[in-house]
Amino acid sequence: MTTAVDYNDLVALLQKQFGKGFTPATDYVEMPAALIAQVAEYMKNTLRFDFFDMVTAVDYSDHFEIVYRLQSIQNNSLASFKIKCSKNTSVPSLANLWLGANFQEREIYDLFGIEFTGHPNLKRIVLWDGFEGHPLCKDFKGKVYDTAN
Amino acid sequence: MTLPTEQFILNIGPLHPSTHGVFRMRVTLDGEIIQDVEPVFGYLHRGLEKLCEKHTYKQNIPLTDRLDYVSAINNNWPYVMAVEQLAGIQVPQRAEYLRVIMGELQRIASHLLAVGSLMNDMGIFYTAFMYMFREREKIIDLLEMVTGQRLLYNYMRFGGVSMDIPTEFLPALASFLKVMPGFLDEYDSMLADNEILLSRTKGIGVLSAEAAINASTSGPMLRGSGVKWDIRKTAPYSVYDKFEFEVPIGSSGDCYDRYRVRMEEMRQSLRIIQQAVVLLPAGNEKQPVPLRLRPAKGETYAQIEAPRGILGCYLVSDGTEKPYRCHFRAPAFINLTVLRNLLIGQKLADAIIIFGSIDLSMGEVDR
Repeated sequence: MTTAVDYNDLVALLQKQFGKGFTPATDYVEMPAALIAQVAEYMKNTLRFDFFDMVTAVDYSDHFEIVYRLQSIQNNSLASFKIKCSKNTSVPSLANLWLGANFQEREIYDLFGIEFTGHPNLKRIVLWDGFEGHPLCKDFKGKVYDTAN
Repeated sequence: MTLPTEQFILNIGPLHPSTHGVFRMRVTLDGEIIQDVEPVFGYLHRGLEKLCEKHTYKQNIPLTDRLDYVSAINNNWPYVMAVEQLAGIQVPQRAEYLRVIMGELQRIASHLLAVGSLMNDMGIFYTAFMYMFREREKIIDLLEMVTGQRLLYNYMRFGGVSMDIPTEFLPALASFLKVMPGFLDEYDSMLADNEILLSRTKGIGVLSAEAAINASTSGPMLRGSGVKWDIRKTAPYSVYDKFEFEVPIGSSGDCYDRYRVRMEEMRQSLRIIQQAVVLLPAGNEKQPVPLRLRPAKGETYAQIEAPRGILGCYLVSDGTEKPYRCHFRAPAFINLTVLRNLLIGQKLADAIIIFGSIDLSMGEVDR
């Protein structure tokens, strides 16, 4: 059975490496957005979290939340991270660390408008290039659905 | 004398390359060798995740069918599991076994389509495909017997399944389970030594284990590369810890191994169904839940092993009757990331086979 890491232990470990700013929760670690690339590299190379399972974003009107799920295939364990970022800021990309992050970050850029710095090919992925707006943002108004009623 | 050469850009699609869906590849060629590929998709994008935020929890179940329309039952599963986790709904044991039986039948149907259309891709036009469809039809008849539908079943509910099996289902399933291993042997006898299959898939599209893990691939893609990673074993959900089955893996990670893994997985699915039928307990198929379900504020993640890989659902509730956010980790979408790396350096003629061996369903890629 895949077991989640002990988030209190993980936070203690990360604070020794990267300083303050990490907060443990029941099933994730909340951390500063600027550190995500270094932490991800540490997780991958030192703690052997080799499988980048999922990344997605949530729009909370005044800020975005990005959720990362890393897994270790060798140790069958799991670690989740959450970062908060204000609107119109960019987040370091993990696509150079894991190829698996490439399309997922493009999808977030496409649907939320969050920019990932250092991404090799950051452009829209499911919508076309001329599309205006980012549909999964809560303030997005669609042409048909949101104006009809 | 050396002739100057220049790169040539070829646009493949947007078309239906065999039955996979509408997909376009912009291929840069040097002679016959692929230098660069840019996959272009989104032609089937329906804004499914946005639609989920506009509908109530229950109204979203039929939407999840439309994710990967060739394995609709498996797509309901992570979504209902996520809602059950959020709302604290207990699922009756009978319902869990029914989910496993239907889910594994659907997996066989999906793999039959995957293997059949892979044969189409490599030029064995419709002979193998029709053999595969002969058995897929039997499975769809079984699913129709229970759900009344043939493609999009809308079968699962929060706290169970939409309806119990009719009395004639188990005898029909028993006779299917009796004949299906013979049909799989028949496919193997026709395909395992097939010259076209061997020469066009052996050593083609090799994906190493490290590259497969790095690209977050899952399902037969990952297992074909020799990584034993199956959510049903590594993080068993539902009642999968009660069954004995193997996780077939490949050795070299080429298109042939991905094909072999799918063929073996069908046999393992039959084993699981056989055990589930024996263990099927009596009881209710559904736990009553409020019609206007309002799960407590919070977030959750549920994942299953769908035919194409790890299908996950990340769900955020704000306490209202509509989800605040609903994200699907679509395995086919993420498996597609590695396509560019697989194709570079290969011949153009192999591109469609490598593409077919990933086994995409565009409904899931575009969402």
